[in-house]
Amino acid sequence: MYEPELELHFEDLEKQRHAARFGMWIFLASELLIFAALFALYFAYRVHYPDIFVEGVGHNAKVIGTVNTAILLVGSTAVAVAVNELRRNRTRLGAALLALCALAAVVFLLLKSWEYAKHFHDGIRPGGAGHFFAEHPEPGWPLFFTLYFAMTGLHAIHVAVGGVIVGWLAWWVARDGVGRAGAYRVELGALYWHFVDTVWVFLWAMFYLMGKHG
Amino acid sequence: MRTNYLNHETTIWSWLSTTDHKRIGVMFLVANLLALLLGGVLALVLRIEHLTPDQTIIDAATYNRVFTLHGVIMVWLFMIPSIPTAFGNFLVPIMLGAKDVAFPRLNLASFYIYLLGAAITLGGAIYSGADTGWTFYVPYSSTTMTPVLPILVGVFVLGWSTILTGINFIVTTHTLRARNMGWRDIPLFVWTIYGTSVIQVLATPVLAMTLVLVAMDHAFAWGFFDPARGGDVVLFQHIFWFYSHPAVYIMILPGMGVVSEVICTYARKDPLSYTAIAASTFGIAFTGFLTWGHHMFTSGMSEFDAGIFGVLSMFVAIFSAIKVFTWTGTLYRGQIALRSPLAYIFTFLFLFVFGGMTGVAVATTSLDVHWHDTYFVVAHFHFIMVGGTLTAYLAALNYWWPKITGKLYAEKWAMASVVLTFIGFFATFFPQFLLGNGGMPRRYFYYAEHFQALHVVSTVGSMILASAFVVTLLYLGWSLFYGEPAGDNPWGSRSYEWFTTSPPPPHNFEQTPAFGHRPYDYHKPIGA
Repeated sequence: MYEPELELHFEDLEKQRHAARFGMWIFLASELLIFAALFALYFAYRVHYPDIFVEGVGHNAKVIGTVNTAILLVGSTAVAVAVNELRRNRTRLGAALLALCALAAVVFLLLKSWEYAKHFHDGIRPGGAGHFFAEHPEPGWPLFFTLYFAMTGLHAIHVAVGGVIVGWLAWWVARDGVGRAGAYRVELGALYWHFVDTVWVFLWAMFYLMGKHG
Repeated sequence: MRTNYLNHETTIWSWLSTTDHKRIGVMFLVANLLALLLGGVLALVLRIEHLTPDQTIIDAATYNRVFTLHGVIMVWLFMIPSIPTAFGNFLVPIMLGAKDVAFPRLNLASFYIYLLGAAITLGGAIYSGADTGWTFYVPYSSTTMTPVLPILVGVFVLGWSTILTGINFIVTTHTLRARNMGWRDIPLFVWTIYGTSVIQVLATPVLAMTLVLVAMDHAFAWGFFDPARGGDVVLFQHIFWFYSHPAVYIMILPGMGVVSEVICTYARKDPLSYTAIAASTFGIAFTGFLTWGHHMFTSGMSEFDAGIFGVLSMFVAIFSAIKVFTWTGTLYRGQIALRSPLAYIFTFLFLFVFGGMTGVAVATTSLDVHWHDTYFVVAHFHFIMVGGTLTAYLAALNYWWPKITGKLYAEKWAMASVVLTFIGFFATFFPQFLLGNGGMPRRYFYYAEHFQALHVVSTVGSMILASAFVVTLLYLGWSLFYGEPAGDNPWGSRSYEWFTTSPPPPHNFEQTPAFGHRPYDYHKPIGA
């Protein structure tokens, strides 16, 4: 059974846990600002080229995007329940739920890659390369799709990192028999996953919904 | 001899693998000083080059590379990390009565990330000869033939060191204060480090992303800012300055924390208003996020926007003035002991007010149109950054030297260094106001002959400033080997860091501290 060690400079475990959680929240605030720069770019250019951005959304696969949203939400539910179950000392259930979340990351990335492949096939590549842009020469088209690739790409990297973290947590929980005492560490990973999920919900709206039919 | 953080382990490995915030602070101090030295030598090269209107010692292309590297080193390797990583690391936990920062391993990691970033930046700059200036403005940075990629990656990596340090200080301040220390008992230096950390955590990631975008534009021709594909080059400036303007408060706020500590100690008085000093820190930190547009008055900004940014910029001057008046009010009727750290602070006050007032001037749009991209702006930000941050850094170095090393230094030489710093600094940068007002553009290799006299004065000033650093290095180096033992509290301060031994023991205090007084209670006898 895993027991966290009290580090020398903390008075008690409760403070140590609080510090870890608090640090994670601040880290996530920092992460959010990374995306914020891209969000600023997206909305600035959307104001410049409203029609192209609306039409551009139509070229993205709404179904895949929506299925992927559901997959991330399933992952989020799984980690949230996992933390709760670990607090009740249900180690095996907790590990299984974490593994489910890691699986969600893998499925998400597979679907996302498929969608990228579809774009490449349609002659849509970042930077305005590909035959699609020869047919759509107006300025603004490259921006929409470059931002699409940059933002979903950066997000995909975060999904991959989140998947590795949650997968590692699943393995650690199973190996060390982590129960109530270690739930707070799983919670840190869960916070990260929720962050990744939340960012996607906005990307989903911006790249799949805010179009002609959205 | 008592066990302290320096002598309880002495192997090189014990330093490289340490998680002791004091040792990490000392390693950062050494690294920062090396960066300052390197950036300073490059500055001298620039100044010597300008002794004549034509080529003096380097050609025009080299000149562009040297000013780029000077800016990159001074901004990212010295000024942004300097006071927080060196003195913040060493002092914040002690001032809070803690044994270490909240995440000691992360702290060590941020040191190595700093080294890695510094190595990539310097190696990249030397290999590539990047000549974009430290601001990496597009479209030049995204289309230039020189490989700017390494330097962008290097600064990106440095940014993560800054963010991790910031997270550590925020969490430390929240969770590791001594048992009876409320928020209003926190030493003022910690407040400024806290405010700085907030900016670091919230602004640095935006810069990191901006650098990535430029790198993508440059390496893969993604064209985020390429007008041919509908992009907007001015948008880059907006995002860049959203970080880089708050960054100047990352540089100056910790210096203001040093000022508060040094003034209270040598005036033997509590601050005129603890609340005003602490609160104005956050006034500056907050307003700093809303002023970035004043870098772009001439980039096609509407008059209305420019007016808004101009007025918001002046708010910073109000909060700064609150600080300056509170400091002078603290000195008033104090029992002043004019030691070298306080002399540095006087230098700070003069140069900071001077630089600050010219800041209000350049925030005025009608004047800025005339001064934009001239030496006037160069002189303005050197007055704030060098005249402010650097003098505060030197004050901190002198003030806490006995705490860090346990040794005293030769006060006469320290005073000589203060005087040389002031004269050298003023002679270097005051002529640059006149040059800029006369129309000398910044970053130009050639200049009109009638500017030569002022350029020569400026170069002579820079030599005097350099000599001040040499003197400082000599007397501090001497003190390290032959200095008298300092005793625990050589300045008779009431601040908490002086209530442990000098140098402090490995875990800062022999017993868990319970401070029986507030940090500036000079009117009460100790222990009362």
